[in-house]
Amino acid sequence: MTLDKVKYGQRFKIIHIPNESIKMQTIRFGISEGESLLCDEVIPAGPIIIRKNRQQLAIGRHLAAKIKVELD
Amino acid sequence: MANCCHNSKETRIEMPPGARRIVLAGNPNVGKSVIFNYLTGMYVDVSNYPGTTLEISHGHYEGNLVIDTPGVYGISSFNDEERVARDVILSADVVVNVVNAMYLERDLFLTLQIIDTGVPTVVVLNMVDEAEQNGLKIDYEKLSQLLGVRIIPTVAIKKQNLDQLKSAIYEALPGHVDKKIAEKILTLSDQVKNKGEALLILEGDKNIAKKYNMQPGTEQEEIYLHRRQKVDSIINQIVQDTKQNSALSLFINRLMIRPCTGIPLFLLALYIMYKTIGVFVAGTVVGFTEETVMVGIYEPFARHLVSQIINLNSVLGTILAGEFGLLTMTVTYVLGLLMPLVVGFYFFLSLFEDSGYLPRIAALSDRALTGIGLNGRAIIPLILGFGCVTVATITTRLLGSEREKRIAVFLLGLTIPCSAQLGVIAGMLAKIAPQFIILYISVILTVLVATGTILHILLPGNTSDLLIDLPPLRLPSLKNVLTKTWTKSYQFLLEAFPLFALGALLISVLQLTGVLASLQNLLSPLTMNWLHLPKESANAFIMGIVRRDFGAAGLANMQLTSLQVIVALITITLFVPCIASILVIFKERSKKEALLMWLGTWVIAFTVGGIVAQLAHLIGTTTPWQILAIAAAVWTIALVLILVLKYFKKQASPFITIEN
Repeated sequence: MTLDKVKYGQRFKIIHIPNESIKMQTIRFGISEGESLLCDEVIPAGPIIIRKNRQQLAIGRHLAAKIKVELD
Repeated sequence: MANCCHNSKETRIEMPPGARRIVLAGNPNVGKSVIFNYLTGMYVDVSNYPGTTLEISHGHYEGNLVIDTPGVYGISSFNDEERVARDVILSADVVVNVVNAMYLERDLFLTLQIIDTGVPTVVVLNMVDEAEQNGLKIDYEKLSQLLGVRIIPTVAIKKQNLDQLKSAIYEALPGHVDKKIAEKILTLSDQVKNKGEALLILEGDKNIAKKYNMQPGTEQEEIYLHRRQKVDSIINQIVQDTKQNSALSLFINRLMIRPCTGIPLFLLALYIMYKTIGVFVAGTVVGFTEETVMVGIYEPFARHLVSQIINLNSVLGTILAGEFGLLTMTVTYVLGLLMPLVVGFYFFLSLFEDSGYLPRIAALSDRALTGIGLNGRAIIPLILGFGCVTVATITTRLLGSEREKRIAVFLLGLTIPCSAQLGVIAGMLAKIAPQFIILYISVILTVLVATGTILHILLPGNTSDLLIDLPPLRLPSLKNVLTKTWTKSYQFLLEAFPLFALGALLISVLQLTGVLASLQNLLSPLTMNWLHLPKESANAFIMGIVRRDFGAAGLANMQLTSLQVIVALITITLFVPCIASILVIFKERSKKEALLMWLGTWVIAFTVGGIVAQLAHLIGTTTPWQILAIAAAVWTIALVLILVLKYFKKQASPFITIEN
């Protein structure tokens, strides 16, 4: 499944990020493949807000649809 | 005191012999600027969202050079900010790495990367009070041991412990470079002397590799993941999290980003702004400063003073103290009318910035902005545009692609009124019936959405994806907000006064030579027949070329009907950006593109203003329903235009794309 299908409050693992530059940027934020994360908010038709500990990231819907995840 | 702004990729600053280059580096929003200010004694913008310190400030500390860098999460070539930060850090003698104690997991990535470049480093661990309040226990000693550099825990805005930094700068040591990386750097040491550059080549940085005619490394992901694991392991050893996030800040955070509460909250914030600036400042405060102080006391005094020396009716007398006098009207407009409004706007903008609200608005508005070819990030320049379009145009650099920059710059130049102009507009709108205000807002919004959509259709390429960090929400410090408001308002004064004087001089000369009257007659088909405005409104547009707010201010003193007010305001809002903005647009974009944008605003302003005037003539303006019908008609025209273009784009897509 992909990140845009994750619902509010669900925990999930990132399986694959297809874009290299995005992958490097997310690693800097502490979010990499295999990491367990929390979905903090889903803005309808808009970005998905994810959290690892205190780090919050907003990821555009379009990008989220390309990120493969697995529910915990 | 030298304060120069470099925005190109290279930074060459004159160095006294023996001086050291002290470079401040850190993630966005960690307090670098406060520390810069502390060391150099100069005030620099302090913000709570990524992307303010786009230009490099530098100053001096005990004969050494202190250079600030844009906030970045790492150094490589992902965007301009990183390239600038990378080049400055690689040239440093000492790096002062400022780190937010609340966000060590994020911030230490950059710290480890800086240490891996082998440069002597001091880490300033900022906001330790906030971390403590949030239940984070940090073992500073252990952190210092693990990194191999000195750690200075501080609360920068309160200047806690900052005196320790002063001595630490001279004792800065290179930290523990990662062993694997050090070995790899060693293998490159024949070709690349600078260890930092060698590191970046290993990390696949194309620019640096090109400089040495080498192939960029392919191990970026491996190095990054390894560094990430190191950060996580350090965090495990030094941080104890004793409680969960504060419930209140989590709650407010949710309210801000959930559409069902976030949109009303945003509208409420705008409403409070309007009530404060449009009604209180534009009415009560300006009533006092403009009418009572400037027109009542200052102007008669200035005229009296001038009349002591020269005849008021002479050429020089008219230029100095006439209808558009340099000593009368210019001073009244800038100080009496615009200054209070500008101060009001910057106060709110500073509150928004320092509280961390802006990135949340970006997340919230992402969906809406993708419709006009932008992503949520673009809301930051668009909102900043309501402060100053010139500054906002510069911040469009934080957008992901050329296409987005182009759309955002044009929308800023066309549809966003700056604080000075908006103040005058709000003041004029406050005097007329609500249906007219709705008409004005809906027409400007329609133009914004339609222009964005049309550019989105016509320009080749796609919108880039949103990926932003939401920094911590915090209660802004009043002192910081006030300092920032003052700095920005003062910059406004410095920039606006000469331009205003130029405009006033221009108008006076045109008036004295009789050109103004002939221009008014010449433009009368446009002003009188097409826009249904008095022919003197030509003055406002001529002044508007210099500054739109100047033009709007000119309109404020004319006798107009409610509809004329709206038509004039729509036209002047969409009219050409001020001289300062257009100069920046020429600098940021290509000459051809900038010229196209400038001419485009002329055409769109008069076309839209005229359409509204003509529709009003057709439909009538006596009942509120008729006014709403005008708004609906404008909306329909825009929609039809968009649909037609979409259709043609489908039919003949290769032919109507605008070349890059």
